[in-house]
Amino acid sequence: MSDSISSDEVKHVAHLARLRLTSEELVTFTDQLRAVLDHAKDVEALELNDVEPMSHPLPIENTMRKDIPNPMLKPSDFLPQAPAVEGGRFLVPKILGEEE
Amino acid sequence: MNSVTPEQYQSASEIADLVATREISALEILERHLNKIEEHEKDVHAFNLVTINEARAAAKETDKLISEGENVGPLAGVPVAIKDNLCTKGIPTTASSKILEGWNPPYDATVVRKLKEAGATIVGKTNLDEFAMGSSTENSAFGPTRNPHDLTCVPGGSSGGSAAAVAAGFAPIAIGSDTGGSIRQPAALCGVVGVKPTYGGVSRYGLLAFASSLDQVGPFATSVKDAAIVHEVIGGYDPLDSTSIKQAPNSFVNEIDQGVKKLKVGIISELMGGIDGITQEVIDQTNIAVSTLSNAGAQVEEVSLPAALYCLSAYYLIAPAEASSNLSRYDGVRYGLRVDGANLQEMNVNTRTEGFGDEVKRRIMLGTYALSAGYYDAYYGKALKVRRLLAENFAELYKDYDVLLSPTSPCTAFKLGAKVDDPMTMYVNDVCTIPSNLVGHPAMSIPFGSGKDGMPIGVQILAPPMKESVMYQVAHTLEKASQ
Repeated sequence: MSDSISSDEVKHVAHLARLRLTSEELVTFTDQLRAVLDHAKDVEALELNDVEPMSHPLPIENTMRKDIPNPMLKPSDFLPQAPAVEGGRFLVPKILGEEE
Repeated sequence: MNSVTPEQYQSASEIADLVATREISALEILERHLNKIEEHEKDVHAFNLVTINEARAAAKETDKLISEGENVGPLAGVPVAIKDNLCTKGIPTTASSKILEGWNPPYDATVVRKLKEAGATIVGKTNLDEFAMGSSTENSAFGPTRNPHDLTCVPGGSSGGSAAAVAAGFAPIAIGSDTGGSIRQPAALCGVVGVKPTYGGVSRYGLLAFASSLDQVGPFATSVKDAAIVHEVIGGYDPLDSTSIKQAPNSFVNEIDQGVKKLKVGIISELMGGIDGITQEVIDQTNIAVSTLSNAGAQVEEVSLPAALYCLSAYYLIAPAEASSNLSRYDGVRYGLRVDGANLQEMNVNTRTEGFGDEVKRRIMLGTYALSAGYYDAYYGKALKVRRLLAENFAELYKDYDVLLSPTSPCTAFKLGAKVDDPMTMYVNDVCTIPSNLVGHPAMSIPFGSGKDGMPIGVQILAPPMKESVMYQVAHTLEKASQ
């Protein structure tokens, strides 16, 4: 049985998920993720071509409400909760670095 | 064995009656429970926060309304503990994660609002596995909760703090959330009643999302009737939750005494030895429940739920996949923790690396992998098809059977530290509870005897969607027989 996930793939997935792993963590997480994915080989092996996937327990499409104004949160309700704010907006570090 | 459970529990309905008729004040009820908390909380660690001042103010307000002749609702003066992944306006809500450090939600979850409107006194926020990911409450950034029946054991999880709060007598009612068993499994391990309602039956507005197609909010209580009363209070349609069911049932208590005569009950053979890892004493105890129902007039038969064999794998692909998407919002921009970096991406990475614990990281990575190009069809896509098979299996069974029965947890409460380093072993704790989440059906656990170690065993009752009434009838019958 081939390994279900390599440590390079774990590194890549961590990058996609915006997580940084130490080299020890990379080893541990790779082993642990591999154990879960090995268990999932039972599902992977099933022949289910004729089965419709089911992504949700309820057959709902869109839930619309009547277009009536309702009370809603004001920026002053939630901006004080943000780590950094300027001029009534969320403040973030620069998005593009000079060298990139 | 070092246990801190009370000899007797006072029921929520009894408290509400006494408070409403002014036999006792809501404040006095609250103080009794605060005393219990004062005495044992340092051993149990059920709470992330006990909201003493707000609780006293709420209890006084209830007493004032009653003295003015107002009708204060079915939970008048009843102390309620809230899982710390449900938003409470102006009161820290952490999901037991460092990443929400310092965050005070600007609104109440719908269930919290409804509980307050029903006269309940919110006593605090209970500990959980970070973002409800776990089965032992050991994955909390604030340290584990301990089982009140034996302080060396886990309370189960992820709603371990809520289950322990009720079992220790800190509050007669607690609220939890259940994504793969997170209400029912800790209820079983702590010897209390725990209910996962029909998906869409109780509003998720204000519940911090883990896996949105599986998450459901529900009650813990010391009796089936108390759980049904709370379910009536928190259930029903909520326009603020787009998955809320318009016809959601919220009348259970009136029919609770109807017994089980003429009901057809199926025993899920896959969960009675068909799948490895379910201990014999739990199976034996479930068989005693079967005989009890049979003696009470139900027709009981063994049935097969073949897709149950694949549920654990399917769940641990679907739930992480949804979690990886839901938890992308914790980026250090709008709320909670920020760990600075040279640019936006570095700040995101620093914040998430520092803010999330190992189990959350594991599931985010697992979900990201299961959804990634090249693996989507093999993992996530396949898991969704297993989910369909399972739904078809259940639909077929419910043509002939009113409810299904199984163990809740494969074993009694285990020792702290016993499984926390081996994720796959920990995940097996959810094997009996996961099927109901995958299909959105209601299910509940009730205490039914104990194991050789003296620790509680739970029996699970599963019902078709929106058929909680019959589920409560069966539970009530079993409860009467076990007393």
